[in-house]
Amino acid sequence: MEQAVRLDQLTRHFGRFTAVDRISFGVRRGEVVGFLGPNGAGKSTTMRMLAGYLTPSGGRAQIMGHDVEAEPLEARGALGYLPEGAPLYGDMTPLGLFNFVASMRGMTGATRRHNIATVIDRTDLSEVAYKPIETLSKGFKRRVGLAAAILHDPPVLILDEPTDGLDPNQKHEVRGLIAAMAPDKAIIVSTHILEEVSAVCTRAIVIARGKVVADATPAQLQAYSEWQDAVSLRLPAEQVAQARTALAEVDSVYDVRPMNRAIDGYDLLVVPVQGEHIAKAVADQLAQAGIEIEDFRVETGRLDDVFRKLTTMQPAH
Amino acid sequence: MRLRQTATVFTRELASYFATPVAYVLIIIFLAATGAFTFYVGGFFQRGQADLASFFMFHPWLYLFLVPAVAMRLWAEERRTGTIELLSTLPVGSFPLVLGKFLAAWAFCGIALLLTFPIWITVNWLGDPDNGVIVMGYVGSWLIAGCFLALGSCMSAITKNQVVAFVLGAALCFLFLMSGVEMVLAAFRAWAPDFLVDLVASFSLITHFAALSKGTLPLTTAVFILTLIGTALFVNKLIVDLKKAG
Repeated sequence: MEQAVRLDQLTRHFGRFTAVDRISFGVRRGEVVGFLGPNGAGKSTTMRMLAGYLTPSGGRAQIMGHDVEAEPLEARGALGYLPEGAPLYGDMTPLGLFNFVASMRGMTGATRRHNIATVIDRTDLSEVAYKPIETLSKGFKRRVGLAAAILHDPPVLILDEPTDGLDPNQKHEVRGLIAAMAPDKAIIVSTHILEEVSAVCTRAIVIARGKVVADATPAQLQAYSEWQDAVSLRLPAEQVAQARTALAEVDSVYDVRPMNRAIDGYDLLVVPVQGEHIAKAVADQLAQAGIEIEDFRVETGRLDDVFRKLTTMQPAH
Repeated sequence: MRLRQTATVFTRELASYFATPVAYVLIIIFLAATGAFTFYVGGFFQRGQADLASFFMFHPWLYLFLVPAVAMRLWAEERRTGTIELLSTLPVGSFPLVLGKFLAAWAFCGIALLLTFPIWITVNWLGDPDNGVIVMGYVGSWLIAGCFLALGSCMSAITKNQVVAFVLGAALCFLFLMSGVEMVLAAFRAWAPDFLVDLVASFSLITHFAALSKGTLPLTTAVFILTLIGTALFVNKLIVDLKKAG
């Protein structure tokens, strides 16, 4: 299937600062891509170039085969975009705003009424449809922004931090909406909330300093973590030193690190050599050394750990 | 399609003037000020003439600070609140946006101007004025407001600070209004050739307005005003486009 979004060496400078540095990737319909990176990594700049708000300094970007610079109106027509912070006209009502956006997108008559009714229903906005947007809560405002972005049922959806600043219930709702739209759209969601990636994304692209540093499924990313299949141990205080010495002899153990029992609840973290399963070897070794195990837990990979590793690595030249 | 988009922007903008106190404050100040100037400074009664010359003569001066106040929010506010991102990612070129916003502001000025109708009734009740001249006076006044608006809209597009937009707009309008007087011309006479000085002098909106308020619309004035508005709107579009790349 043809790629719905395609970035080819996309670059953007602000003065002498390079915010986005030759980024290339493609997104197909049915994919939900989590666009990750620390603040200032170039996430919003990339999305703004795709949406047509900023002009690329170099490279190309296409939405459904339309170049964002050569055919801007066609590209924007195929795209639904939620800007960061979901800026809206505060003096309008949600219904007024939807009518405005629908009219600007060339919808008329029955189509317009049908589409507006559909998004109001889908985003559950009927109770506030006639209230001025500036009087609405943050959660409602975000939903209004999202509704305006999907009003024309676009094949491509770009959402810049759609859940930022929402409470856990509201986050859950927005994620539910994204998941519901996922099957037939190409969706790019930027976030720095990592749980969101495991929750809604089929693929994660990590950028740092304007470059792509990882492009994988959330599960693959998790596997990069040194926490993947690591073992946390709680031991009697007098046996901790002895356990460290014993575990250091196991071949599949990469490292044994002290943890803070008061904070972490465990004494030691046993990190495996990448890809090894060490639970049995650790248990056997400790039993052999006569160490009493108070608690034993096999960890899973942590995305925040991978995120930190990927985004703080020195750039390779 | 572009026409409908322009109309959609126009409708939204015009409605947004009246959704905030801005419209009412500006209209009330305008009506109060035109009344006060006409009767106290212009000497409407003392002149003993059935015309509105004393009413129209102060319009350019009132516009000098009221029209930039109308224009300052057009782009600066969109930029400050971030809604410019919503607007400029819709499938619409920047010219329908520029034109729709300008026309909405111009229509707003038209509404304010029409609300001065009691003075027209008054002068017709007191005497027998030449209503053709009065109509031309209104048209001229509205055209001057259009020139100021186009200039003010341009200045609004370069900043997200409405105060900066207002001050720059008012300064630019002042230059165009006063380009016929020695104070402005002296700055050019020192270095520019005569034809350029004459050109700058011919930009003087006050001269053009004087012709209009006598009830005539010279071709040069019509061409000049339309060219000024067109050029300012074109520059406005360029600024909006450049901001995307800048």
